[in-house]
Amino acid sequence: MSLVFAGVCSHAPGITGRKHRADPTVRDAFYAAYERMRGAIEAQRPEALVVVGAEHFANFFMNNMPSICVGMSDAYEGPIEDEEWLGIRRCRVPGLADLSQRLIEDVMQDVDLAYAQEWKFDHGIMVPLSFLTPRYDLPVIPVNINCQGPPLIPLHRCYEFGRALRRACDRAPERIALIGTGGISHWPATPDSGKINEKWDRAFLQRFLANARDELLAYRDADVWREAGQGGLEIRTFIAVAGATQGCTGDLWFYAPIPIFAVGCTIAVMNLGKTV
Amino acid sequence: MSLYAVQKLIYQLNRDPAVRRRHDEDLDGLLAEYELTPEEQRAIRAPDIGLLYVMGVNGQLLMHYAALRGYEWDRYIEAMKAGERQYGPVRTGLYSRADDRS
Repeated sequence: MSLVFAGVCSHAPGITGRKHRADPTVRDAFYAAYERMRGAIEAQRPEALVVVGAEHFANFFMNNMPSICVGMSDAYEGPIEDEEWLGIRRCRVPGLADLSQRLIEDVMQDVDLAYAQEWKFDHGIMVPLSFLTPRYDLPVIPVNINCQGPPLIPLHRCYEFGRALRRACDRAPERIALIGTGGISHWPATPDSGKINEKWDRAFLQRFLANARDELLAYRDADVWREAGQGGLEIRTFIAVAGATQGCTGDLWFYAPIPIFAVGCTIAVMNLGKTV
Repeated sequence: MSLYAVQKLIYQLNRDPAVRRRHDEDLDGLLAEYELTPEEQRAIRAPDIGLLYVMGVNGQLLMHYAALRGYEWDRYIEAMKAGERQYGPVRTGLYSRADDRS
């Protein structure tokens, strides 16, 4: 069929793990934006949800680190973290190995990939799923872009991956939804946890929502690291979504810095410009 | 390579219940399988979360290891700050401000 939905959202573990410590007004508004995104995804009746995330040493380590890896299994599980710590119960998440394989083979025509037939989801995927597919009944195809252990894949390759993923989705008969999940500015799991550069975030979101390719690809990791923290390197996931939606602009449904969640909490949806 | 080894130990502790059991039941044997410096061995045995942070252990590994060793969130953050006060700035890795990032 085609790509029927594309958006981005935050995934920080504090969003679920430290929810009781956030200002309830802003927290509940953020949760409501996730809920709105869930409704928008369901309205498109997807048969699979591709989640482009940035995992955090749950499955991939510096002994054998893929720049991009796509899951290829009929089932996954998560969270790998302590359930109480994350505030999400461990469960089985369905996959679609056959669709994964077809997407991988198609993307490989343009972009080198790794694949994995085992994958334990960490908060990078489980936090979004806990809001967007709370019954864990929509098959998920996980994608990881290494944003944690440098050397990291260049931004322009993330964009090209997104373009290739879009072509592959459009050639598949299934209805496919896509979310990217990462940053934006944050200094997670460090003494600076809770620091958020809202000005930087809003400038980045402006480029992202305009799908301004050249401006997005002009970011340099050294600048991102300095101004948006090591967590800012996760913009790779957003840039992959920008590539997958080239030519489309997006709408910001929610943005607010929530320090106890350690990130500028973001929900945005791209306008695919088609009725299906 | 030593930072790599201590991070690999923490990675495996975080994700593998069997490694966690060995940690509890045979720590000497487990540590012997990794090429750790005496300082790294001390930091794991203590545990000294602040020292591990200063050594350069990635926080995405360290926060889960800290939780595993009984550190709730605020205590984990404070342990890293205390580590910087006691041992100085982060020596290497993604958080090192000494690395050339210009």
